[in-house]
Amino acid sequence: MLKEDYEVVIGLEVHAELSTKTKIFCSCPTEFGAEPNTHVCPVCMAMPGALPVLNERVVEYAVKAGLATNCTIARDSKNDRKNYFYPDLPKSYQISQFDKPLCENGYIEIEDDEGNPKKVRILRIHIEEDAGKLNHNEFGEGSLVDLNRAGVPLIEIVSEPDIRSSGEADRYLKKLKSILQYIEVSDCKMQEGSLRADVNVSVHKPNEPFGERHEMKNMNSFKSIQRAIEYEREAQISDNENGVKINRETMRWDDVSGKTFSMRDKEDAQDYRYFPEPDLVAIKLSEEYIANIQKNLPELPESRKARYLEEYKLSEKDSRMLTASKYLSNMFEEALAICGNSKAVANWLLSDVSRILNEKELEPDQIPFTAEQLAKMIMLIDKGTISSAIAKKVLEELFETPKNPEEIIQEKGWIQISDEGAIKEVVMRILENNPQSIIDFKNGKDRALGFLVGQAMKETKGKANPQMLNQMFLEELKK
Amino acid sequence: MEITNLTVHELLEKLQNKEISITDITKSYVQNINEKEKEVQAFITPLTAQALEQAEEVQKKVEEGTITSELAGIPIGIKDNICTKGVKTTCASKMLENFVSPYDATVMEKLQKENMINLGKLNMDEFAMGASTEYSHFQKTKNPWNLNTVPGGSSGGSAAAVAANLVPWALGSDTGGSVRQPASFCGVVGLKPTYGLVSRYGLVAFASSLDQIGPITKDVRDNAMLLTLIAGHDEKDSTSMNIEKKDYTKALKNDVKGLKIGVPQEFFGEGINKEVKQKLGQAIEEYKNLGATVEEFSLDIAEYSLATYYIIACAEASSNLGRFDGIRYGYRSPNFTNLKELFVNSRSEGFGAEVKRRIILGTYVLSSGYYDAYYKKAQQVRTLVKKEFDKAFEKYDVLLTPTSPTVAFEIGTRSNNPLEMYLADICTVSVNIAGLPAISVPCGVDSNNMPIGMQLIGNKFDEETILNAAYTYEQKAKFRENYHPVVY
Repeated sequence: MLKEDYEVVIGLEVHAELSTKTKIFCSCPTEFGAEPNTHVCPVCMAMPGALPVLNERVVEYAVKAGLATNCTIARDSKNDRKNYFYPDLPKSYQISQFDKPLCENGYIEIEDDEGNPKKVRILRIHIEEDAGKLNHNEFGEGSLVDLNRAGVPLIEIVSEPDIRSSGEADRYLKKLKSILQYIEVSDCKMQEGSLRADVNVSVHKPNEPFGERHEMKNMNSFKSIQRAIEYEREAQISDNENGVKINRETMRWDDVSGKTFSMRDKEDAQDYRYFPEPDLVAIKLSEEYIANIQKNLPELPESRKARYLEEYKLSEKDSRMLTASKYLSNMFEEALAICGNSKAVANWLLSDVSRILNEKELEPDQIPFTAEQLAKMIMLIDKGTISSAIAKKVLEELFETPKNPEEIIQEKGWIQISDEGAIKEVVMRILENNPQSIIDFKNGKDRALGFLVGQAMKETKGKANPQMLNQMFLEELKK
Repeated sequence: MEITNLTVHELLEKLQNKEISITDITKSYVQNINEKEKEVQAFITPLTAQALEQAEEVQKKVEEGTITSELAGIPIGIKDNICTKGVKTTCASKMLENFVSPYDATVMEKLQKENMINLGKLNMDEFAMGASTEYSHFQKTKNPWNLNTVPGGSSGGSAAAVAANLVPWALGSDTGGSVRQPASFCGVVGLKPTYGLVSRYGLVAFASSLDQIGPITKDVRDNAMLLTLIAGHDEKDSTSMNIEKKDYTKALKNDVKGLKIGVPQEFFGEGINKEVKQKLGQAIEEYKNLGATVEEFSLDIAEYSLATYYIIACAEASSNLGRFDGIRYGYRSPNFTNLKELFVNSRSEGFGAEVKRRIILGTYVLSSGYYDAYYKKAQQVRTLVKKEFDKAFEKYDVLLTPTSPTVAFEIGTRSNNPLEMYLADICTVSVNIAGLPAISVPCGVDSNNMPIGMQLIGNKFDEETILNAAYTYEQKAKFRENYHPVVY
C-alpha cells in the first residue's frame, strides 16, 4: 500500500480569548502581562461563597463569531460545569457549555490544496472561562499559581473533521484568525496564548471508516501545527502499514525533536461530570438581539475581497492576500485614500512590506509606520522625487525609525536627480568611459543600454531619474 | 425585666421610650453568653469583646445623630457558613478551621448598613450537611429545652442561641430544612424564603439550587422584620430575583378569615410521631376557629422528594466542595509527595465523614453511565414536584404540615445512622426542591416539654401569606408565654 492511498483527517478545536475588557464572571481586567495575582477578586479566586455573574459582552462576542462563521444562534442556551481537579482551576470546575452551545452548524470557506473553494463545517462555538497559569520554579523552588488569567473569556470553535491536509489546516486557522480579528472579538495574539488549538489527527483509506485519532492539545503556533500534523500523518500511516493498532490518545508535540509523545491514553480518560451550572440562569436571546448583532457585523474578509476585485481591479491573489489581515487591509485603504494609487499601495504592502515582516517575524499589526507615511512615500515616487530603488531604502528606514518620508530623504540626501543638465553630464561621462558598450549597442546588443544605465545609477548612488537616464542614453547612442 | 427575654420589636420599643440603651442590650446578651454558652455551646467564634466595643460606638453615634438606622445597635448571631470579612468563617469544618474571608456576604453588608452588632459565628453541621449539628468539627451544641438532646440542624447553633437568649435573633441557611427543623426542635420561628428572594453571595455553597439564607427569631414579627432587611435583588447573585421590595411586617394582620389551608395527608402518615400529629391537629382546629378553611388533600409526589433531594443536593455539593483542595486556602495536609497526594490527603483529612459521604454520593450520580439514571431522573422528578405544588396552590393559600416527624432526639442516637438522620428532613425537603417559602412556628410541646413545630408552606414569593398565618396563630397560641426551655 502506498502512502498516497491514505487520507489524513483533521479536526480542530480552537480556543480564542475574547478581547472583552473584563473577565467572563467578574469585573477583573483581562489585560495580559500584569504582576501575578493582581487581576483577581473573590469570584475568580473561587473564594468560598463567591458567585459568578455572566458578562453580557461575552455572549455578544460569541454570537458575533457565530454569525461571522455562518452558525445558527441558539435562542435558548445555558452554562454547564466541567469538573476536574488541577491547581490552576480554582473552583475545581470550569464553567463551560455542554449540550446547549451558543452557536452551532456553521462553516468557513477555505481553499483546498488545488486552490478550489472548500467549506469546513463548524460543529459548535461555545463560551467558557480560561484557567489560571502555573509557574514552575520561576520564583524560587516549587510551583506557584497565577490566577490573573482565570476567568478570562474564551470561545471554543470546534470544526467537523473536514480538513484533509496540513495546508488546509493552516488555511483554516488563518482564515478563522482573520475573521475573529475582523469582527474584533479577539486579538488572536498567539504569543500571548490568546489563540490556541487542539489538533485531532487520524488517517484512513478513503473508502473506509475514520481511524482512531490522536489529539495534540494547546498548540499555539501555526507552524508547529503543520509540522505536528505531518509528523502524525507519517507515523500513523507507518503504524497502519506495520499492523500497529492506533488507540485514541492525547499527545504532546515537541517542537525541538519534531515528534509527538503520548501523554495519556483512553484508560485515564477523565469523567468531567458535566451538569448544568446552578449559579447561573439560562441564556435567552431574542430575535431582535440577534438581528441587531447581525446588522452591525463589520465587513468580513470575503466581502472585502470582492470589493477589491471590483472597485480597485486588484488581482484575485492580491485581494485575498491583502484582506487576509484586517490590519494590512485597513492600512491599504487608508494609504489609498491619501495617495490614490491602489496598485502601488497593494504592491508595496504585498511585496516589500510583507517581505520585511517575514524577515523580522512580525505580524502586520506590528508595522511601526503609519498608512499616511506609506502613502507619502508612494506620492514621492509618483512625483518623481525618488526612484523605486530609493523608495526601498526609505521603507527600510520607515521600519527602523518611522517618520515622514520627506524628512528621511532630506536627511539622507536621497532626492532624485531630475535636472536635465546634471543627468546629461553623467550620461556623457559614462559614455566616454565605456566605448565598448557603444559598439556593442550599435551591433544590436540591447543589453548594453541596461549596463550603461546601471553604471549611471551607481555613480549617482541611485538618485538619478531612471526614465530620464534611459531616454538620454538612447538619444546619444542613436546619434 | 430581662432584656434578653425580649423580642427585637420589644427592644426597639423600649429603646424608643428610652427605657433601655443600645449598650444595655449588648451587655445583657454578653452576660447571658458568659453564663450559659458553656452549657449550650452554640458559638464557634463568639465576638463578645468586639460587640461591646461596637455597641459603645453605635450608642455614641446614635446620640450624636450620625446614625439613624432603625436597627442600629441590635445584636445578631450568624451561622458560620456566611462569610464575614476579618472574622473566621469555618463552616464547622477542619477544612476551614482558620479561614478568614476577604469579603463580606451581601447579607452581612445589609446588617452592617443598619449598624447591627455581630455577637458571633454560630455552630452548624459541617458545611450545613446534617440535621442535628452533631457533624460539627468543633462541638456538639445542646438543645436548651433538654441538654441531652440535639438542637436540630444544620443551623443548630443559630436556633439554640435564639432559644437560650444568647442572641436576640440569628441568620441560618436552609438547603433541605436547616432553618425550619432546628427552629422546630428549639421552639423558635424559622423561615426559609423563596429561592431567589435573599442573595446567596457569600453563603458558602452546599447545594446552589436549594440554598437560601433565612431568619431564626423568637417570634413571627421579628422574623418578618429580619426578612425585610435581608431580602432583595443582588446583582452579585444571578439567581436572586428582581422583585419589588416589601415590608413584610405589614403583612401581619392577625386575621386568617377565609384563608384556604391545605393539609397534605402524606405528611401525616407513617413515621410521624403521635404527639406531633396530635399538636398539629389542635393547631388545625385553632385555624378553623380563627375562620380559616382547612381541607385535607393528597400531594402524592412528596414521597419521592427525599430521594430527589439527596441526589440533587449531593451532586451540587460534590462540585461546590471541589474548591477545598488544599491549594489556595483552608487545610493542607502535611503528608504529600506529589500533586495527587496533596489533593487526596488534604480532602481526606480536612472533611468529616458525612461530608465525604455526600461528596462520594454526588460524584457517583454525576458519573458517566449513572447520570441519566440518577441526576437527570431527579431533575425530572423535581419538575413534577414543582407542578404538584403549583396545582395545590391553585386551590390553597397555605399548606400545613409538621416541620419534623419527631421532636428533638437524644445526642448520639442517630449520628451513626445516616438514613435515619436523612429522614429528619422528610417534611422539609420538598419545599426546597420546589423553591417555595415555608415557615416553622412552634405549636406546643410534647409530654416531655419538647417543642413541636408546624410548617406553613406558601406559594412562590408569597412570604406575606405564611407570615400572616403564622402570626395569627402565634397571637392565639401564645407559645412564648406558656412554655420555656430549661436554659434561657
